[in-house]
Amino acid sequence: MGKYSKILFDPILNNNPIALGVLGICSALAVTSKMETSVVMSLAVIFVLAFSNLSISLIRNHVPTNIRIIVEMTIIASLVIIADEVIKAYLPEISKQLSVYVGLIITNCIIMGRAEAYALQNPPWKSFLDGVGNGLGYTFILIAVAFVRELFGSGKIMGFSIFHLKTEGGWYSPNGMLLTPASAFFLIGFIIWIIRTFRKEQVEEA
Amino acid sequence: MLEHYISLFVKSIFVENIALALFLGMCTFLAVSKRVETATGLGIAVVVVQAITVPVNNLIFHNLLKEGSLGWLGLGKVDLTFLRLITFIGVIAAMVHILEMILDKFFPKLYNALGIFLPLITVNCAILGGALFMVQFEYDFVESVIFGFGSGIGWALAIIALAGIRERLKYSNVPEGLRGLGITFIMVGLMAMAFMIFSGIQL
Repeated sequence: MGKYSKILFDPILNNNPIALGVLGICSALAVTSKMETSVVMSLAVIFVLAFSNLSISLIRNHVPTNIRIIVEMTIIASLVIIADEVIKAYLPEISKQLSVYVGLIITNCIIMGRAEAYALQNPPWKSFLDGVGNGLGYTFILIAVAFVRELFGSGKIMGFSIFHLKTEGGWYSPNGMLLTPASAFFLIGFIIWIIRTFRKEQVEEA
Repeated sequence: MLEHYISLFVKSIFVENIALALFLGMCTFLAVSKRVETATGLGIAVVVVQAITVPVNNLIFHNLLKEGSLGWLGLGKVDLTFLRLITFIGVIAAMVHILEMILDKFFPKLYNALGIFLPLITVNCAILGGALFMVQFEYDFVESVIFGFGSGIGWALAIIALAGIRERLKYSNVPEGLRGLGITFIMVGLMAMAFMIFSGIQL
């Protein structure tokens, strides 16, 4: 595997920000009851993560260490505002469903975490790829959880009916629990279990 | 009037528990819940910061950012709501910093007990989320004081409960792949389901 593709694909399974790092969980739980919202949310996170990493990496040699957190915060907040306004303008319906969670990307620890741990030490191009990679790792978990929740919770994928519901004359009676946020916890717990069954080195000492 | 406030208070602690129903502050919620003692410290810090920042952000939002609120400057039509994210996070960072200095000067014991948690609160999404929900639900000043305080207490309650369970978990035999993070997720899921019994309660 090439050096760059390793940076890009490593965070998806081997070093997943959600499953291994416990980062950025809030939004992963709240927006995953539908595929549509999760896709939009993931794109917003990839965008913010990639460009915050890029810009922080570009200025990393010019910012004094003791004010770097404030500088990082400002960069991230500006990018999130851009993402928020774009979603509001072009996807008003989804923006309503996402409610405050787009704004909460600011405090999504994946972004601060990658800025501190990676972008401050590495050149711009590599940081950019690292941002995209970690964004994809986040996307992977979000889409996986949303897929299960939407398919079994309301019998649909991206709004298209897959299982015909009993209420509409079909055969499938949906599992209401999957629409409640609590189910997202169970699903992420199981995803972590599956990943760690195959990647023994990630198992924690109890 | 008083009934309305009590109802809001109970609602922000139990019905819309900020950790278990709205999923805010999850990162710290999962990472710092290994021991009851540290969880209590962090919980208290969140209550204090939340009770201060939500009303302060409320004042700033209604007097400076909302559309038409700059009328006293002769700028009646200016709408600065798009600046709210960056303003709120700035206010939160500043408040946390001021609180840190005050505690260091007057309550050094509490300051030492809170230690690293205080600065970490800036990036706790429960705080920013509280401010954003305050805008979304259109709370006025008094309501925002109650909402801030109540949601802080709700979060503290949830993290202390989780820490209590995790301390007990040491004595159980968890499957290998689930150890640590995995089982914690499933436990929080069960707790969130338990908290669902409060939904729909109105005083």
